[in-house]
Amino acid sequence: MAIIRASNLTYTYPFAEKPAFKNVNLEIERGEFVLLTGPSGCGKTTLCRCFNGLIPHFYGGTLEGEIIVAGLKPSEHAIYEMAQHVGFVFQNPENQLFALTVEKDVAFGLENLGLPRDEIRRRVDWALKVTGIYDLKDRAPFELSGGQQQRVAIASVLAMQPEIIVLDEPTSFLDPLSAKSILEVIHRLNRELNITVILVEHRLDLAARYASRVIVMDEGQIILDEEPRKAFLEEKTKMVGVGIPKVVRLYLLLREDGINLSRVPLSPDEAAESIVEVLESDRG
Amino acid sequence: MGQNGAGKTTLVKHFNGLLKPSKGRVLIDGIDTRHVSVATLARKVGFVFQNPDHQLFSETVEDEVSFALKNFGFDEKTISERVEKVLNILDLTHYRKSSPFMLSGGERKRVALASVLSWDPKILILDEPTIGQDSYQKERLRQFIMQLNQQGKTVIIVTHDVEFVTECEPRIILMKNGRIIADGDAREILTDPNLVSEASLVLPEITQVFMRLNDYGFPRNVIGVYEAKRLILERLSGGFMR
Ligand SMILES: Nc1ncnc2c1ncn2[C@@H]1O[C@H](COP(=O)(O)OP(=O)(O)OP(=O)(O)O)[C@@H](O)[C@H]1O
Ligand SMILES: Nc1ncnc2c1ncn2[C@@H]1O[C@H](COP(=O)(O)OP(=O)(O)O)[C@@H](O)[C@H]1O
Ligand SMILES: [Mg+2]
Ligand SMILES: [Mg+2]
Repeated sequence: MAIIRASNLTYTYPFAEKPAFKNVNLEIERGEFVLLTGPSGCGKTTLCRCFNGLIPHFYGGTLEGEIIVAGLKPSEHAIYEMAQHVGFVFQNPENQLFALTVEKDVAFGLENLGLPRDEIRRRVDWALKVTGIYDLKDRAPFELSGGQQQRVAIASVLAMQPEIIVLDEPTSFLDPLSAKSILEVIHRLNRELNITVILVEHRLDLAARYASRVIVMDEGQIILDEEPRKAFLEEKTKMVGVGIPKVVRLYLLLREDGINLSRVPLSPDEAAESIVEVLESDRG
Repeated sequence: MGQNGAGKTTLVKHFNGLLKPSKGRVLIDGIDTRHVSVATLARKVGFVFQNPDHQLFSETVEDEVSFALKNFGFDEKTISERVEKVLNILDLTHYRKSSPFMLSGGERKRVALASVLSWDPKILILDEPTIGQDSYQKERLRQFIMQLNQQGKTVIIVTHDVEFVTECEPRIILMKNGRIIADGDAREILTDPNLVSEASLVLPEITQVFMRLNDYGFPRNVIGVYEAKRLILERLSGGFMR
């Protein structure tokens, strides 16, 4: 059974003239790594807010249709209950930090789960280390740089190891090398613990290689739902302004001149491999 | 560019007097920032914050964007022309009567950009301008920034978006642990693997491809898709099959 299932879901913010998204039908299976993308303002964040009950509990408005997440209807469970199943990294990390120290922020959710002390200790240390903020653990979250704050927000969610992790543009404040290593940690959690990941991203260069599925939204609707290699070739993707990775651009540019790489590359490694094949066969 | 916590935001906040140096001095157009107020510098130095929520306060997008113009004493007609123009450039016209707080993250960032671009400062400081922007919005923003730069404006961008930078090809300053560790043109800096990893960046995608093709005699310092295509085509047309 799908871990997230939305049927004919439509949501309108209070006082808004039109719905932020309309008639969304979506099924996500346990263990998938989904990349959710689409133009700025198309409804990505709004859709994610339904997964952990922020909509309707916090935002109000009118939610029509049905949604079931980890077997629960978010509208019938409190946000803190949903939070035990769905970890959410907000687009703006500052909105998520509240404790006096980084370490307390990361430990907060775990303490609420009632885990044993040493298990909490182990998970907090692990999360601080994989996000590269162990040395900042005694600092106040509000006195950190933007990227450091974003790492705290990510660490807090990773430490919980919930069934579903939703990350809303989690790399926007991260330096590129940290973004890469944190996405790799998330990918590992996805494979090893079968955690379902929903990643909202514009920078597909960073994220494409990890996803098993790409969902593109436009003006409040899902317009494409495909595996990455196919999604990036779709005309629709280009039309709505989704930025396909540079290596895919190169693939398409070469194709225009009759040079066909053996597959659509999702990483520089894959691109280089295919180009080498072409060079070798050209040499005869 | 550079690592999280390297000091980029702290440094650029010195350029409009938000922070004053505890030692040394900062001259903006010959004026020592310690001797003038932020308000005086603002006419000259426009600053867009990393987090738009630190900047937005008005009830409508239109009010937000005209606020500074009113403060600087522009006349009604100029104000409405400028607001019109900048809302159009940032694709916000349909939100003019909306509250900035009801917009998406990327849209709020564009409102913050609009509110500063509207008064046409000589120096522009943009802390992470591409956050939340899809590639279409990024490209519009890039063209606008390049145009301002060609008109003689000084533009300083703090960003982690390597691919965006390869498309602008600016001068790059790298920071690490509160120090400047490199200063040079984009191609030179972004294709230097040691510098790039020291600053916690990654090589541009296309550069990564060409580093792996080095055995085939390709240059290492390729950053753009079009030059990449040209180089590969040249190689093939000289080959056996064609
Ligand atoms: N309000 C503050 N109070 C105290 N220290 C701060 C404050 N803001 C930032 N710092 C510290 O100053 C140093 C530089 O931070 P700064 O915000 O300039 O980094 P940055 O290069 O902009 O990083 P990022 O890429 O994450 O935005 C960091 O060590 C950070 O923890
Ligand atoms: N709190 C809110 N109140 C009212 N409208 C909102 C709110 N947040 C977002 N919106 C609107 O809903 C639409 C979708 O926004 P959002 O889901 O944040 O977009 P995305 O995450 O895809 O950029 C936009 O038109 C935006 O202006
Ligand atoms: Mg969003
Ligand atoms: Mg910063």
